Parts: sequence; structure tokens; C-alpha cells
Amino acid sequence: MNFPEVALTHLDNLWFQVSGTLCNIACTHCFNNSGPNIRTFGFLSLEKVREEVESAARGGVKEIFFTGGEPFLHADLGDMLSFSLRHAPTTVLTNGMLINDRIADRLAQIERSANYSLEIRVSLDGYTEQMNDAVRGQGVFRQALAAVARLSQRGLLPLVTIVRTWGDAEEISTLEAFSSTLRAAGYARPRIKVLPALPLGRELERSADTPTDTLLTDDMLEGFDHDLLMCSNSRLVTDRGVWVCPLLVEKPDARLGSTLADSSPSYALRHNACVTCYHYGTICGNISSLIEGPAAQPESDTGRLS
Amino acid sequence: MTRLALFGGIYSNYCALETALADARRRKVDAVYCLGDMGAFGPYPDRVYPFLHEYGVQCIQGNYDNSLAGGLADCQCGYTDPRDNHFARISYNYTFRNTSEENKSWLRTLPSSLSLQVEGCRVLLCHGSPRKMNEFLWESTSPDAFLEYLLGQSDADIICVTHSGIKWHRPLARDRHFINVGVLGRPENDGKMNVWYTLLSIEGSVVEVEFIPVDYDFQRLAADMKAESLPKEFIETITTGWWTTCLEVLPHKERARGRF
Repeated sequence: MNFPEVALTHLDNLWFQVSGTLCNIACTHCFNNSGPNIRTFGFLSLEKVREEVESAARGGVKEIFFTGGEPFLHADLGDMLSFSLRHAPTTVLTNGMLINDRIADRLAQIERSANYSLEIRVSLDGYTEQMNDAVRGQGVFRQALAAVARLSQRGLLPLVTIVRTWGDAEEISTLEAFSSTLRAAGYARPRIKVLPALPLGRELERSADTPTDTLLTDDMLEGFDHDLLMCSNSRLVTDRGVWVCPLLVEKPDARLGSTLADSSPSYALRHNACVTCYHYGTICGNISSLIEGPAAQPESDTGRLS
Repeated sequence: MTRLALFGGIYSNYCALETALADARRRKVDAVYCLGDMGAFGPYPDRVYPFLHEYGVQCIQGNYDNSLAGGLADCQCGYTDPRDNHFARISYNYTFRNTSEENKSWLRTLPSSLSLQVEGCRVLLCHGSPRKMNEFLWESTSPDAFLEYLLGQSDADIICVTHSGIKWHRPLARDRHFINVGVLGRPENDGKMNVWYTLLSIEGSVVEVEFIPVDYDFQRLAADMKAESLPKEFIETITTGWWTTCLEVLPHKERARGRF
């Protein structure tokens, strides 16, 4: 079977799987099966991060992301964020549980001294302790809210990310409930980003009725805006090499090389997960930098002055 | 020396447009450019077009104009937040209903970008970015190297964009510049009611960028908006200078500077 091939148009988004698959919790919907003692992928060194940030910056990278596992398990994360922010706006995806007062102080200091935006994305899966901890584990709700409050007290506005588990009719009321919870916890100006549930990893076992037999075809991509596909604008650096995107990190065929410089420039979309971008767009990025929508026409009229 | 006045995002704010154009005329600029999004947000969308024609403003299409011209169902603003989309729908439906067929036809004739040669400088004007009409280019999320990549891709020395709603200027290596010219349609989320346009002066390789504050009769605009039953959240932005909608597209630094 021929799978549609998508080339990297430009490396807009550089991802680091900085703590590998090591996490301090094991969420029921985790798409890359991270958890305590899970070392499918290991930690990245500060040196490796520096090298690849510089390599990507030479090509004009637009945005840099740190994910895991739980990135704050990595002792060098602060130095990595500082270095990254010298080159590009930087986002870290966390469950928030390890953000104590000392780390919150450091993050605030890093943010203040950077020209580019630092986004701290804290995951939450319910607006009550019962709802959230059923997915993320006992005690996680309180610790995540405490982290959000600590950041807010220091002038940081974390982006709270929530996996969508409700229907259209409940959209506004659910988001209002999340906002109320966050405000009550001490976050006066809550920012929320909603993500779709991904039919991957533990989520696949959890929601057995999720369709998984869909693959992308050339016909589906005919006339489709390739900018919506992460593989056209993103790459993921891990301790085992460069992957096409964060969602496919468990697929060995999605490894494109050992460094950004020597990675294959294109990838054949052969996994069910590839349909996620087709349906939802580049959900992993931040709203502020999405490039969906009408293209600027390359042929421009020419006006002439003096 | 050549001096250009540039602005974007009129958002039906005909009061600010009239004031800005009169100011640019007083300054005897050589040409005036609008980088798109004539409608949205404000009242009586048809009122901006006579000013654009009277002052000979050269215009390109923004995403809003592209939608109105093509009869599309939404504004292609690029929002993903449900509340932002809710207000965008109200605004687009009102603007679509109240824009004449004649003006929609005129919007259809506009190019999506303009390449100028100004005193040997290659200047590209576009709405969002050279590659996407609705890409948000914020100051805090546009690294130098990324902007240099866009300039290189476009064979330009200066690129001017709008769309995001907040002005900025980045001088780059080899006398190149990237400018977000700001918008006339609503204030900059800084608690001040004025809006902004941009004066670009080019003399040989010397480029100067000056942002000009436009103090206009915002009370008149607010009264019109109220008369047209536009959302009170929109009116609040005009009368307080703080954004109350479209907040979720803001990156951290720009959001932290605002009130909401």
C-alpha cells in the first residue's frame, strides 16, 4: 500500500522529549505511555539540547517545546529553558506537580529576562478533584492547582490544557466550570487550551470504541492544507534520535535520523494517529502561532513608487 | 526620501480611519496603504469605504475581506477558543449583513499582497505573514532568525504585516526590517483609547519607522456600536482600552500586559 508522503516545508516547531518517558504519574489517557520507571526513552543532555536548538535556530525555527514524561524531573530544565528562550519562544508541558516555590521563582526570573514568551502548559483533566484524579491519579488535582496558583502569584499566566471529554452542548459551561475552579484556586486570569483525546497509548485501551482503522490516503490529502499536519512543520528530538512528531514517538518507523541535520526530510503517513492532525489540525502547538487558514497568494501585484 | 503611511485592521472604525487619514495628509506622506480587514468589530461597515477611495488608499485583502468577498461562512480569523469564536461569529454575521454588494465586489478585486520598490528597497506588504493570510506574528513569538527566514523566502528587505492587532518593529541584520503596522480598529490592550498607524520613511539604505498615535472620537464610535446593538464587550474595549475578547490568541508576554 502506498502511503501519502509529506515533506518538511520548514521547521517551525522543534520539540524535545526532554525527560524521555519518565513521569511521576501515569494518566489513563497518556498517548506515549509515560509513567514512573518507564524508560522507553531517556533524558536528553543539556549539551544535546543546546546543539539542536542552535541547529534549528540557524534554519529560522519559530517555536520550541519541552515535553516528556514530566520535564521538571530533569535537573537541567531551567538551564535548557533559558538557553532556548535566547533563540525562540519556548513552551514547557507539565503536570505541575513538581513546581514548588523555588522552581516557580526560577521560572518567573527566566520569563522576566527573556525577550520571547515562555509558556507553561499545565495539564488538568477535570474541574473537580474527583473528575481529575480519576484520570491523573490521587492527589494530582490539588498539586496542579497549587502550582498554577504559585505561578500566577509571580505574574506568570500558565496555559491550562484540558483533554476534551464532553460534547458541543456542554462546551461553554464546562469551560466556565474550569475557569471557576482555577479562579477559586488563586488564578485570577485563567488561560485554557482544549485538546482532543488522542486514540493512542493508554487512551486506546481506555476508550475501546474509538475508531482506529482509519489511515490517510492521497485522495484525502488532495487539496488539503499540509500546514495542518505537524510533520510538515515540526520535529521531535529524543535521546534515541529525531522523530517526525511527538504523537508517533512509539513507532520505530517514525524515527528519521540521529540529529536534525541528518534526518530524512519527509515521512510516509502510515499510522492511525496521522488522522488526528487531518481532523484537528496541529493541536500540539500554541494557539498564538497557528498557521491554519488561507494562504497568501505567491503571485503579488507590483505597485511602484517614485 | 519616501514616506509611507501604513495601517491594517480598520474593523469598521470609520472614526479612527478618518482621523488617521487626515493626519497622514497633514504630514504629506507619499502614499497610504491599508493591509486589510476593513470590517469586523465596529458599526456601519460601509462607512469606511468612501474614506479609502477619497484618500486613494492602496489596499490588500485581509482574512475578513477574503471571507466577505467570497461569501464565506466565517471570518477565518484563526481563533480556536469557543468564547473567541462566539464573538467572532456575532461580529462576522453583522458585518456580512451590513456590507453592500458593491463593497464586497470591490474587496474581491484586491490583491493579497503588494511588492513595492521604494528607493531601491524591496518592500512586501501582506496581511498576516507572507505565507499565510491569517498567521499571527506577535513580537514575543517571532524570533529574529524566523523573521530573517521569511524575508529571505520573500526576497524582501522590509516586510510589513498586521492581523495580530499590536504593533512592533524589529530591525534585523543587513539593514532589513520586519514591521507589524498595528491596527486602527481597536486599541492595543494597554488601557489607552488611542489606536496606531505606522510611518515608514526610506532614504537610500536608511529606514525609519515611527508609530503614530491616533486620538479619535471613540465616544462617537461607542455610541454607534450601542445603537447597532453590538456586544457590550466590544464597546468596553473601545472605551477602556482593554481587550475583552480574542484574548486566547495572545502569547504570554502580550497577555500578561493586559488586564484580562
